[in-house]
Amino acid sequence: MTTTILQLLVAGVGTGSIYALIALGFNVVFKSTGAMNFAQGEWVVMGGMISALLFAATSNIGLACALAVVIVIMAGIASERLVIWPLRRPNTLLITLVSIGLAICTRSLVMLVLGKKPVGYPGFSQVSTLVLGGVAVQTQTLWIIGLTLAFLLAMHLFFERSMLGKALRAAAADRDAAAIVGVRVETTVMLSFAIAAFAGALAGAIITPLTLSSYDQGAMFGFKGFSAAMLGGVGSLPGAVVGGLALGLLEAFGSFYISSDFKDAIAFTVLLLILFARPSGLLGRADVIKV
Amino acid sequence: MTAPLLRTEALNCYFDGLRAVADLSFEVRPGEIKAVIGPNGAGKSTLFNMIAGVTRPTSGQIFFDGVRIDAMPTFRRARLGIARTFQNLQIFREMTVLENVMTGRHMHGRAGVIGALLHGPSLRAENRAMADAALELLARFELDGKADVVAGDLGFGQMKVLELARALASEPRLLLLDEPAAGLPQAEAEHIGKIISALNRDGMTVLLVEHNMRMVMSLSHDILVLNNGMRIAEGDADSVRRHPDVLAAYLGEAEHA
Repeated sequence: MTTTILQLLVAGVGTGSIYALIALGFNVVFKSTGAMNFAQGEWVVMGGMISALLFAATSNIGLACALAVVIVIMAGIASERLVIWPLRRPNTLLITLVSIGLAICTRSLVMLVLGKKPVGYPGFSQVSTLVLGGVAVQTQTLWIIGLTLAFLLAMHLFFERSMLGKALRAAAADRDAAAIVGVRVETTVMLSFAIAAFAGALAGAIITPLTLSSYDQGAMFGFKGFSAAMLGGVGSLPGAVVGGLALGLLEAFGSFYISSDFKDAIAFTVLLLILFARPSGLLGRADVIKV
Repeated sequence: MTAPLLRTEALNCYFDGLRAVADLSFEVRPGEIKAVIGPNGAGKSTLFNMIAGVTRPTSGQIFFDGVRIDAMPTFRRARLGIARTFQNLQIFREMTVLENVMTGRHMHGRAGVIGALLHGPSLRAENRAMADAALELLARFELDGKADVVAGDLGFGQMKVLELARALASEPRLLLLDEPAAGLPQAEAEHIGKIISALNRDGMTVLLVEHNMRMVMSLSHDILVLNNGMRIAEGDADSVRRHPDVLAAYLGEAEHA
């Protein structure tokens, strides 16, 4: 009994980490533009598929994944420069709509360039399962949790400690005020796309050994990450973590105790419930304007 | 006669055919406090926004220290040395007081994107230097005790002072103050007035929009009076106060109505 629960817990935290990374991508872009970027899920797919391609070429998993992440970050930056930056009067609805177009184009490009076949590669460790206190754990799940933690810590330090991180937060809080102290707001939007692509690509690169990767998974990844972001509170970085983990755990336990057919419906149900009951999310708060 | 620090030439701004600023040429000389006053809708805010880079003029030119700036993005003007405060107070409420001022020093940072992401030692040293400079500035405004307080939790008067400190953190040459005393009780307005005049004594050039006449009259070396987007008077406090058109603009169209 406890073994089952522990097993589900580990699995839930593992998937939850992936959702947290994707949700973080949504939230970073939301912070800087006020819009939802629905191309987020495509970057996850790109991360996985490009890693697979590079692994086939180099047979070095670490190198393949690191390079893939860098390539996807470039793609994120290029996406912003090509479709967001040229908007003369960007508003949130316009950016959101454009991002849907971007998602469709990205998916088609990935399909044309990388093919329709699902691809994969082995886990990062030689040993695929460990038994810890009677619980069998996939080593890749531990990698997922560890790398996600490291990424979140780096992001936290970046936003709290570095001047660039502060400039990004400032531009997100008040574009005019940030501009007048010399912050180049357009660049902060580009940077937020780079960070979002980074988070997405990392998620894709570390989940692929467990799930394989194929060009048409982007929408589902995006949808799960979006639900996690809404659950935790849109625009909140800790919210992405809380929302991602909560969704991952709900899925793990729900699919075991109810039905695994029900797995994807759980995110949808959670999204609807949170929109009805608490639109600002678990950690979000209603905007209070103090005068 | 020294060259003006800020100069506008035949500046016009239309909104949907409505003329907000009309054919306005004026200048701000280095070291002076210049006030722009006028009834509501006179075009003061539009003028400010054109200088700061929020609004593009329909026609005309703006020069800052001889450089034409009317088509420049805001952040470039900031880097040239223009800083401002906002009429309705635009501090970064979710950041701490110290972070607000450090953001004001943003453009003096050197460590680039890579350095920031790697969180290298040069960045750490720079952060330290930035924080020290910011603390020093806060101390000057008696806000150093509040450095780690979230800005949104300050009292209104302190927020106004913080916004001023943030503007100064960029070490500007021209300070645009949009109603620095608005919403403050007289005592706190006087405190802000003292800060402004102390800054000016240290050489800061100030362009001021303000409704608090006591503040305007006591601080300004020169006053520009606008009505319906046009200059109706310009000069020192006494001459402006006695100007018949100014009296008419302020005291009422009642006689004409």
